[in-house]
Amino acid sequence: MNIRVKVNGRLYEADVEPRTLLAYFLREQLNLTGTHIGCDTTTCGACTVLFDGKPIKSCTVLAVQADGHEVMTVEGLESNGQLHPLQSAFWEDHALQCGYCTPGMLMAAYGLLQTNPAPTDEEIREALSGNICRCTGYMNIVKAVQNAARQMAGENQEVIEEAAVSGTSTD
Amino acid sequence: MALRQTELRPMGKPIGRKEDPRLIRGKGHYVDDVMLPNMLYLCIVRSPYAHARIRRIDTSAALAAPGVKLVLTGEDLAEMNLAWMPTLAGDQQMVMATGKVLFQYQEVAAVVAETRAQAEDAAQLIEVDYEPLPVVADPFQALAPDAPILREDKEKKSNHIFHWEAGDREETEALFREAPVVVKQNVRFPRVHPAPLEPCGCVSDWDAARNKLTLYVTSQAPHVHRTVLAMVSGLPEHQIHVISPDVGGGFGNKVPVYSGYVVATVASLKLGVPVKWIETRTENIASSHFARDYHMTAEIAAREDGTVLALRVKTVADHGAFDAAADPSKFPAGLFSIVTGSYDFKAAFVEVDGVYTNKAPGGVAYRCSFRVTEAAYLIERVMDILAQRLKMDPAELRLKNFIRKEQFPYHSPTGWVYDSGDYEKTLKLALERIGYEELRKEQAEKRARGELMGIGISTFTEVVGAGPAHQFDIVGIKMFDSAQIRFHPTGKVIARLGVRHQGQGHETTFAQIIAEELGLSADDVLIEEGDTDTAPYGLGTYASRSTPTAGGAAALCARRIREKARKIAAHLLEVGEDDVVWDGVAFSAKGLPGRAVSMKDVAFAAYTNVPEGMEPGLEATYYYNPPNLTFPNGAYIAVVDIDKGTGTVKVRRFLAVDDCGNVINPMIVEGQVHGGLTEGFAIAFMQDIPYDADGNCLAPNLMDYLVPTSVDTPRWETDRTVTPSPHHPIGAKGVGESPNVGSPAAFVNAVVDALSPLGVEHIDMPIFPWKVWNILREHGITE
Amino acid sequence: MFPNAFKYEAPTSVDEAVRLMTEYGYDSKVLAGGQSLLPMMKLRIAAPAVLIDVNGIQDLKGWREADGKLRIGALVRHAELEHASELDDKYPLLSRTARWIADPPIRNRGTVCGSLVHADPGSDWGAAMIALRAEVEVQGTEGNRLIPIDEFFVDTFATSLNENELAVAVHVPTPGGPVAARYMKLERRAGDFAIAALAVHIVLDSEGRVAEGGIGIGACGPIPLRATKAEEALIGQPITEETIATVSRLVPEDADPADDLRGSAAYKRDLLRVFAARALREIAEELHGRVGNE
Repeated sequence: MNIRVKVNGRLYEADVEPRTLLAYFLREQLNLTGTHIGCDTTTCGACTVLFDGKPIKSCTVLAVQADGHEVMTVEGLESNGQLHPLQSAFWEDHALQCGYCTPGMLMAAYGLLQTNPAPTDEEIREALSGNICRCTGYMNIVKAVQNAARQMAGENQEVIEEAAVSGTSTD
Repeated sequence: MALRQTELRPMGKPIGRKEDPRLIRGKGHYVDDVMLPNMLYLCIVRSPYAHARIRRIDTSAALAAPGVKLVLTGEDLAEMNLAWMPTLAGDQQMVMATGKVLFQYQEVAAVVAETRAQAEDAAQLIEVDYEPLPVVADPFQALAPDAPILREDKEKKSNHIFHWEAGDREETEALFREAPVVVKQNVRFPRVHPAPLEPCGCVSDWDAARNKLTLYVTSQAPHVHRTVLAMVSGLPEHQIHVISPDVGGGFGNKVPVYSGYVVATVASLKLGVPVKWIETRTENIASSHFARDYHMTAEIAAREDGTVLALRVKTVADHGAFDAAADPSKFPAGLFSIVTGSYDFKAAFVEVDGVYTNKAPGGVAYRCSFRVTEAAYLIERVMDILAQRLKMDPAELRLKNFIRKEQFPYHSPTGWVYDSGDYEKTLKLALERIGYEELRKEQAEKRARGELMGIGISTFTEVVGAGPAHQFDIVGIKMFDSAQIRFHPTGKVIARLGVRHQGQGHETTFAQIIAEELGLSADDVLIEEGDTDTAPYGLGTYASRSTPTAGGAAALCARRIREKARKIAAHLLEVGEDDVVWDGVAFSAKGLPGRAVSMKDVAFAAYTNVPEGMEPGLEATYYYNPPNLTFPNGAYIAVVDIDKGTGTVKVRRFLAVDDCGNVINPMIVEGQVHGGLTEGFAIAFMQDIPYDADGNCLAPNLMDYLVPTSVDTPRWETDRTVTPSPHHPIGAKGVGESPNVGSPAAFVNAVVDALSPLGVEHIDMPIFPWKVWNILREHGITE
Repeated sequence: MFPNAFKYEAPTSVDEAVRLMTEYGYDSKVLAGGQSLLPMMKLRIAAPAVLIDVNGIQDLKGWREADGKLRIGALVRHAELEHASELDDKYPLLSRTARWIADPPIRNRGTVCGSLVHADPGSDWGAAMIALRAEVEVQGTEGNRLIPIDEFFVDTFATSLNENELAVAVHVPTPGGPVAARYMKLERRAGDFAIAALAVHIVLDSEGRVAEGGIGIGACGPIPLRATKAEEALIGQPITEETIATVSRLVPEDADPADDLRGSAAYKRDLLRVFAARALREIAEELHGRVGNE
């Protein structure tokens, strides 16, 4: 079947077998291998991507179901060569070890911060509870998401402040 | 927060990891990311029975299915003399079954097809006619005289694999005879699985034109895998290129050679194209090698004042269908004899009997230095029982019996020579930081109100870093490890090591060691591991051995380079070699202030301006055979509250004070501790791979083999004491496994402590809520 | 890990979906959220020849309140109810249940109706909809009908839907008085199916007595169950310590749990008792500020 799907802002047209899972489509047809696969029961979350802006497990959605939808993977986090604050925070706070869960973890955290820009530790843990990490014990992941949230709030703050400054200058 | 990598003298600093930039971008390169032209996919057909004779396998429908290129059975492999392969424990294991199957999910046939889905479709079309045989799922039943003999390939007609013992039987018996106090407890360490997030897999690529096999494989020990592959396949070792790319966690799971690797290789050899095999999670948990499954009985002989005298341990080790323990050859029960732990026993006697059952083979050292976890759990559990019987505080009992600081190097009754430690200092720090006395007061108040709160202590000692080579080998290969450092003319370094990290951060920590020794920043040093064509031979990363072995090799290799560098520096400084002083970042001339050359200057000179008669270049290789193992230790304290209505245990606090000697990167050490504690928590409260009487695996996937999420996982507190290893080149000991080794006992001790007013002395792991509820109900406690 | 090959249909109307279901019969399966179906297909426990994906049917989206009911369309995802704070006043059990289902990414995809139709006895919505006395609206070739929830679950993974009927919505009655609810669940690990679960939904009358009391039991029988005896003891009563004691003792009597890896039947029964007492106590405190006395 032919599908048209926007992945990381770019439109792809592809021919897929209906049974192709979205995760495999991303990995093997689009070569976006940052999306990992770690289980066969929709448990581990290594394959988490954003589907129309919301985190889902791409091993449990068919590629044909993405026809006409938007997908964002870990490869879409960076913009203009700049790491996303979540990526920087994961690095700074040692929120990864083997790195296998990291892309899914980043996308789940990204989804959280879109709807809850200042989450509590409990809310972060809840939001990431569909993503298993075998290495870190989650402590540093929670810390990194907090730090990223703060940094993103700071960036937004700067934008607002800039707007305010330009606002007064035109008065 | 992590520091920059550009600092000089990076040793001991929390610098950011060098491996992270690719991993946070989704640009890691794991085995399943290897996509080669014309690559085919392998799917393995597995047995639904735990024990059955194979009457017939019909592959015709599979062969006719779309996309199928090859179907292989055990008989096909037998024709190539490849139906069996050696295990690391000196046993042999079926690559694919011939004659009969010995465990559920055993490899029976394989299909190679153009796509994964086609391979799986065709695998379903293979018809196997089984004749079920009586199943032996219990190791004690396996030892019964009338038990069916499982291994028909063995000369010995028994399910008994080995008997192994350590210590002094007579001396131990004598102490037990006269001891006023004896405690005894049966303790089971459940069957668990490392379950790294990335399952095992490979891409095997036979290139007939180059006469070379390239195997991309999830391997913690690529050199050993290459050697085993050469031995099994008959291919010349130099024509096998094993590449272990980024590895998504290992924890011991990726030490063995699995059937899938061999079958994919046979398929690639037959078809002349690359063949990929990636196991499913179910295959990972149900067929790749498990860990633990020790049925232990421990007895402590003691005086009435709590002074321990002797320890006696008997163990039945369930190895499943094949003894696939990843232990050093002479140690069928690994380093289990470290079981006297941190205590000064006068004598000990330890016995282990290995047994075959109709279960998946093993056991591997899951985040564990070869059965050290079982040993540490056992002694820490039974010490608590002794304290309980004597009505002593468990901390006090430990302080009374610790090996004292001045006793190091300490000769243990089972033959180990502990390098260093200050157990009293470590425990006292832990007690102070957790507020032990206040917690005991709170507990007393809560008990008076009928509330259930427990405090559990574990003061474990580990033994890690195998070699030394005269004691330790794997398939005959001595357990040294290696480093090779090459300076390039502009002063940048590429260093290669014989180990293979899977998340431990070697690219950073080994760069720190080398940078420290050579006056560079970690940024100047690129670490490469996992490629057998380029890296020096080594035994791999497991059992917390990388820092003790390859870390030592890296430091000594760098010092070897520095010796040559000193000569070049003398030449550049125009002074005699004896007048050259190294201050950690540069060479200077004694008595000539202001004249200094950096290692970068030296490196440039090594290629452009060497002294007359000197061999150009600046590189070295070092094979380090450690003189002894290292003995990391720690004091862990858990505080738990029990919900009387549901039996749920809530871990309120957990403090880990570790002593792993000198620390290379405290951020990474802390991360290792967090991760290991989380695995220990899972083992204590969630994980087991049970089998029913028919040998059906009841937890073959992540639905039932429980791995804790961020919501389940307690918050960890950490601290450290530093007692350097006296024999290690940088005084380090290794830490990766300590938290997994030390924590299960702390959790269980805390739960038992909470229930001790009821007379409870022991609960076997995993402590599911229903187990606690059963105990409460027995005692009429309810909400 | 890979589903069998299947024919994929993506109808854009309910009528078209029903037509396809009629055409393919038992060979077909309806795909909504797919969070149970696709995992079963990946493990090849399920292997439908045709998959009818209803995600493109606009009529199945969203919820609306009308005629004394909240009508939750078949494509409403768990997460939508979890975050629909505007429903909390009248339908507090919805978000309280939704947040216990699996994990957040699964909740973003899985649907309420899909979960009911899947009829897993451990389903969280099963117990909740029993407590809420919901009805499942289904459409077949003969038109629409409403199936009361007590008649909906037939057996494990089996409902009273006909093979060509599509569940298009679930209807939850709008309460006629002050309402409070609790969803109590014990899991082996976060996101796991329940060891035991209990949904309690209480509506008070003007005198502060229980006008509507719904108690649904999850994971303790072949299907989600109603704690009938407990409900009978609760109706018309003020929520006092005495009521709580009586009702919580009665809840396990309607459960039918089995011994398994999650615990013994006796354990699960006792969990239900504890859950009932805790839920009622919390509800009393929420509605009255305290647990009342006779």
